[in-house]
Amino acid sequence: MTATATSARSDLSELGRSETALRTFLHGLPGVDQVGAEQRAAQLGTRSIKTTAKAQAIDLAIRMVDLTTLEGADTPGKVRALATKALRPDPADPSCPHVGAVCVYPAMVPYVAEVLRGSGVHLASVATAFPSGQAPLDVKLADTRAAVEAGADEIDMVINRGAFLAGRYQEVYDEIVATKEACGDAHLKVILETGELATYDNVRRASWLAMLAGGDFIKTSTGKVPVAATPPVTLVMLEAVRDFRAATGRQVGVKPAGGIKTTKDAIKYLVMVNETVGADWLDPDWFRFGASSLLNDLLMQRTKLTTGVYAGPDYFTLD
Amino acid sequence: MSERVAVRKTYKLFIGGKFPRSESGRSYIVQDSNVSLASRKDARDAVVAARAAVKGWAGATAYNRGQILYRVAEMLEGRRDQFIALGVSADEVDAAIDRWVWYAGWSDKLPQVYGGANPVAGPYFNLSAPEPTGVVAVVAPAAPALLGLVSVIAPAIVTGNTVVVAASPAAPLAAVTLAEVLATSDLPGGVVNILTGKLTETVPTLAAHMDVNAIDLTGVTDAELAAELEVKAAENLKRVLRPAPADHDWYADPGVTRMTVLLETKTVWHPKGV
Amino acid sequence: MFEYAPAPESRSVVDIKPSYGLFVDGKFVDPVDGGSFKSINPASEEVLAEIAEAGSEDVDRAVRAARQAYEKVWGPMPGRDRAKYLFRIARLIQERSRELAVLESLDNGKPIKESRDVDLPLVAAHFFYYAGWADKLEHAGFGGNPRPLGVAAQVIPWNFPLLMLAWKIAPALAAGNTVVLKPAETTPLTALLFAEICQQADLPAGVVNIVTGAGDTGRALVEHPGVDKVAFTGSTEVGRAIARSVAGTRKKLTLELGGKAANIVFDDAPIDQAVEGIVNGIFFNQGHVCCAGSRLLVQESVADRVLESLKRRMAQLRVGDPLDKNTDIGAINSAEQLARIRELSDAGSAEGAERWSPPCELPDRGFWFAPTIFTGVTQAHRIAREEIFGPVLSVLTFRTPAEAVEKANNTPYGLSAGIWTDKGSRILWVADRLRAGVVWANTFNKFDPTSPFGGYKESGYGREGGRHGLEAYLNV
Repeated sequence: MTATATSARSDLSELGRSETALRTFLHGLPGVDQVGAEQRAAQLGTRSIKTTAKAQAIDLAIRMVDLTTLEGADTPGKVRALATKALRPDPADPSCPHVGAVCVYPAMVPYVAEVLRGSGVHLASVATAFPSGQAPLDVKLADTRAAVEAGADEIDMVINRGAFLAGRYQEVYDEIVATKEACGDAHLKVILETGELATYDNVRRASWLAMLAGGDFIKTSTGKVPVAATPPVTLVMLEAVRDFRAATGRQVGVKPAGGIKTTKDAIKYLVMVNETVGADWLDPDWFRFGASSLLNDLLMQRTKLTTGVYAGPDYFTLD
Repeated sequence: MSERVAVRKTYKLFIGGKFPRSESGRSYIVQDSNVSLASRKDARDAVVAARAAVKGWAGATAYNRGQILYRVAEMLEGRRDQFIALGVSADEVDAAIDRWVWYAGWSDKLPQVYGGANPVAGPYFNLSAPEPTGVVAVVAPAAPALLGLVSVIAPAIVTGNTVVVAASPAAPLAAVTLAEVLATSDLPGGVVNILTGKLTETVPTLAAHMDVNAIDLTGVTDAELAAELEVKAAENLKRVLRPAPADHDWYADPGVTRMTVLLETKTVWHPKGV
Repeated sequence: MFEYAPAPESRSVVDIKPSYGLFVDGKFVDPVDGGSFKSINPASEEVLAEIAEAGSEDVDRAVRAARQAYEKVWGPMPGRDRAKYLFRIARLIQERSRELAVLESLDNGKPIKESRDVDLPLVAAHFFYYAGWADKLEHAGFGGNPRPLGVAAQVIPWNFPLLMLAWKIAPALAAGNTVVLKPAETTPLTALLFAEICQQADLPAGVVNIVTGAGDTGRALVEHPGVDKVAFTGSTEVGRAIARSVAGTRKKLTLELGGKAANIVFDDAPIDQAVEGIVNGIFFNQGHVCCAGSRLLVQESVADRVLESLKRRMAQLRVGDPLDKNTDIGAINSAEQLARIRELSDAGSAEGAERWSPPCELPDRGFWFAPTIFTGVTQAHRIAREEIFGPVLSVLTFRTPAEAVEKANNTPYGLSAGIWTDKGSRILWVADRLRAGVVWANTFNKFDPTSPFGGYKESGYGREGGRHGLEAYLNV
């Protein structure tokens, strides 16, 4: 590492000590031209991924799925079934890999943990008064600790968008730092809720803020507001993790969540990862899809590639 | 009492807002007067003056240029008799004054008529606007001496070009006298430069000059010379306005072509986003 | 690693004949002297077809056919009917765009994603746009009774064969002229397929004539005394010769010539989009673009950062088979052009500029040139002054806005320019001072039929596109 990079690292770690320093840094990041970013994302979406490349991409995408259920109606039975599916997505084909993680509410964590124990499939839980984040900090931290104690090894927290949009960056930063501490060894994914941030400039700033505060992953959305993950939002976040690693040496993961329903969509994201940040991120440790229905489409396409026949939904489990 | 001896005028060139003699020291007799016989070096100096004036004149507001052209009309009105004394008909002087007024008004209207927003199929702001091409060499028509001259100068400069005018060799007095009007009209020096003398001496130099952007051959009556000049002009791809037909009616509505042919259209794109 | 498997577009969608005649007076005819030449696929050097070479007698026949059609049919025809033919052509192009795109990529070497996503949609849009003008000319702002000029001689280049045809033919026909068009000798095939589309549209015979051949054919066409209008897109050198040849005639002339555009990146630019714009600016269509952003002027304070991003991005460019849907950079159009690019690039190295290309494997057959940048370039280098017309970027730096403008304008060309900054007032200040016909701010290489295109200074005169583009074909 060069001397400049070392000093850049220590400079960045100082930023969280002052609202002014944070603001100056975040507002000094290069702007994002909306039209240009959207065009680049669309252009990457025109890549044509066929045959062997497609088979490779589908298996990778399956391994990257955070199989998710976040409903008021979730029950132990429902989440157990989902966890079982996570382990063996295609019971008919033992060569089919397991997914990256199962993602549930904290109250459901113990039931999922029973199923996943020792499997290598991670257990993620949303916390911090998901999805709005509108609760006192100590409640959010208690929520986090409870999820971790119940067996979650990944915590998906939400940032305080109200504070972010009001420019109270220090407050957002401090909350992330505190949550990270409450996580202990569990990995922290920071949900930016990009649909509420309105501009790509904000997405870039929020990404940096989350990374500076110690987030292990940055995640687009809760899935609970009308606009979830989009290719250009993910592109801007990928650029952020790329630049952050260049500046600090620390690699941060990215998780687009919500709205990714088809294999075609998933492959477009993988192409984007490949051409924006490269092979280092093409791994479930560094890129995840927050999704539920996506998995079955991936399985159907996978079957099509192996059998040469288009599959039908009746042949895949609905859990 | 003896009759008062008149003070005669020396007719000189008009370059960079000043009235120098030809650097060659030559003159010729025409219209009963000695008139400067401009050399190739005078043509070169005139181009230098015209180029130096481009930045300020093209950069002036359209409103300002319009006001100055209108001021020229005011000054010309005040000197009607001077032109009549040179043999220009009163009707022609009036028409020449009116022409300055007409073109003065175009300064802040042509960009609206000749440019505008383009509805491109995408999230872009897209605007086309005319800009002056730069330095224009102009061969003024021989007749009508004043109206013809005004009709080639005004459309070139109203949009922000600067000109080097080769006056009609046979009737240069109106041109030199017009220079006196221009010199007293708030027109910045170098915007209009006037050379008198032989066309064959100055115009080929102007046509070939690599720092001239356009050439108006209106006053060239010799077809062979016109073609030769056009060939020279091709060297740096000057915009060319070909000679006017012999029966051109200088009193008719001039239209906008004389202005637009000396304009460049610049189109600017910018994305629209948040 | 994520390797993309080949994703070739099928070449069977287009039917290439072994030989093509000239398209004169609505029919394909053999040339009078029977000469011919071959059009090859620059990506493989295979011969695609044998093409008739038009001599002066053939050109004369074509001009006479165009004259006849102008006087008897197209001139007198009501604008609304001319419009309907043009709309028909636009629709046929849309219907057959896949075929045309594949043919364009085969003959030209450009990647299929560009012929499919850029060229063909713009071609159809151009005809659609000008079709609508045909019956509205009196409202176009050129006076109440604008008249066509007559027969237009049109000579187009090889970089966007069908798009340049559209830029020439659509406004000419809308305004009521008839045309004789000469496509470039290395890329005649889509023009000949366009001739078939004219037949399919029942366009009256003689309204569009296509004469194939090289420089001599072009010269015969431009110098033909029976043409009223000459429109040329190509090199400044040939444009100059054409300007000389029409001197002293009544022929109206428009020229769209070379360029050496500056793409100016300020330190407050949206860097990621600027890098995309730089890449698009110089590597789009292998850099065979007259308005290519071939001089990158980057503010010294961000130069390292921009260059690092640019190199990283260039490493993602996929060079190879033009028909592969994932190819970003296709083949150089001809051996001759490749030699020119090599000569200038070698001059860049010899003059001390630092050359860099990403690692990339080039095919054995065909004409290829890896995307290349030169850093440490000064205004005095040949690669900063001469048009390379290839995937080669010269990088220069500046310190202040005034210096950027001065360097940008320090060229005999003046076709296009780019500005990258987040500061609105700076964009307008710089745009005002750039001597260029098209200024792209925070974007680059965008085209639209409604948007006038054309240069200042030695980049030519006249505008193509938009209302302005009509003026070139009207007696105003």
